[in-house]
Amino acid sequence: MRYDRQIKLDVVGISGQEKLRNSSVLIVGVGGLGCPAAQYLAGSGIGKIGLMDHDKVSITNLHRQVLYDEFNIGKPKALVAKEKLQRLNSEIELVAIEEALTIENAEMFFDQYDLILDGTDNFETKFLINDACILTGKPWIYASVYKNEGQISVFNYQDGPSYRCLFPKTARQEVSCEATGVLGVTPGILGMLQAAEVLKIILGAGNVLSGKLKLINILTGIEQIMNIQPRQEEIEKIKKQGIIPVRIDCEVRDTHKIYLDVREAFEQPKVNSENVIHIPLGSLQQRLREIPNREEVLVFCQSGKRSRIAVEMLQKDFGFQNLKNVEGGIETIIDG
Amino acid sequence: MKVTIKYFGMIAETANKTEEVLDVAQGLWAMELKDMQIKKYGIPDPEAVQLAINRDLISEVELKEGDEVAFLPPFAGG
Repeated sequence: MRYDRQIKLDVVGISGQEKLRNSSVLIVGVGGLGCPAAQYLAGSGIGKIGLMDHDKVSITNLHRQVLYDEFNIGKPKALVAKEKLQRLNSEIELVAIEEALTIENAEMFFDQYDLILDGTDNFETKFLINDACILTGKPWIYASVYKNEGQISVFNYQDGPSYRCLFPKTARQEVSCEATGVLGVTPGILGMLQAAEVLKIILGAGNVLSGKLKLINILTGIEQIMNIQPRQEEIEKIKKQGIIPVRIDCEVRDTHKIYLDVREAFEQPKVNSENVIHIPLGSLQQRLREIPNREEVLVFCQSGKRSRIAVEMLQKDFGFQNLKNVEGGIETIIDG
Repeated sequence: MKVTIKYFGMIAETANKTEEVLDVAQGLWAMELKDMQIKKYGIPDPEAVQLAINRDLISEVELKEGDEVAFLPPFAGG
């Protein structure tokens, strides 16, 4: 039978398998961390897995998000993941949620699951997961990656610390895997460790990484564990005030020039300067009037690619002569 | 007295090292060491950086000979 090789283990057995079947996990972000976690959790027979992601598969995802393939490019990750995982295990319930996690929907979704697995790539959503988990009483499995390093911990588990107990103050700027580069195996390893924490929590086996921050360096092979104490005031603050929105904002260095940001509204970091106009690439044609056509406008996106397309399109099709592409992307124009 | 400092993530890049041993004055507090190193290397976003002393996340403590101080930045990639 399907689960024979894990039921043989003392920590699982027939009763453990039953526990897995009766459990549910919401995976927020089905990317570099979320894909491997989802694959192993689906394989293990977790009864219900929510797959939440508002993003679509792109070719630059494939080196690390190996659940997806070339035929899936341009398709919603949540739907593709559900379809593939259902073929891996037809006995479990898979729920595709093609939405971003927001302050408005977080508690509603979290209420429907036992555990939350963080597969996100930005501080705003990590704080949001943290706060919504405190309010709904759900443990969550955190991980994040910077280049060749990873961090993993379990928060809000049996009176243990929360993410705000580890990092009460967020960074002013964040750096995504897209911006820094990452080996596919790095989030892969972290995502699998997150899946292992899920299994340990459900089975009541081993030592859960609650109150512990595990640090991994893929290049040196060194792993270290730091101890985190709960800061009750951080937890009580959320219980009293509800979700506290965290915004990672930054400003452009040059306040005298005019900028056009063609990224989507959810992209990080958000630029909050008065001399920046925000119009996503796909909406430019409908909002031409908002673009100045005399003074020089510097057009930017994350890497410089989409903004180059924007500049070429606005020049060729709409006659703009005052636009200049920021070749190096957002990192080259903001305060670090 | 000697203390070992370990740097992680972008802090290690800014300092261009993952570890160093420093000879510091007796009675130095962890937060003072943090300020020193932040100034020395120009570590960005110091408020977000957390310290772990001998693998415990604390910073309001006086350092002792042989202590290991980790500089931990938050990061969010995934």
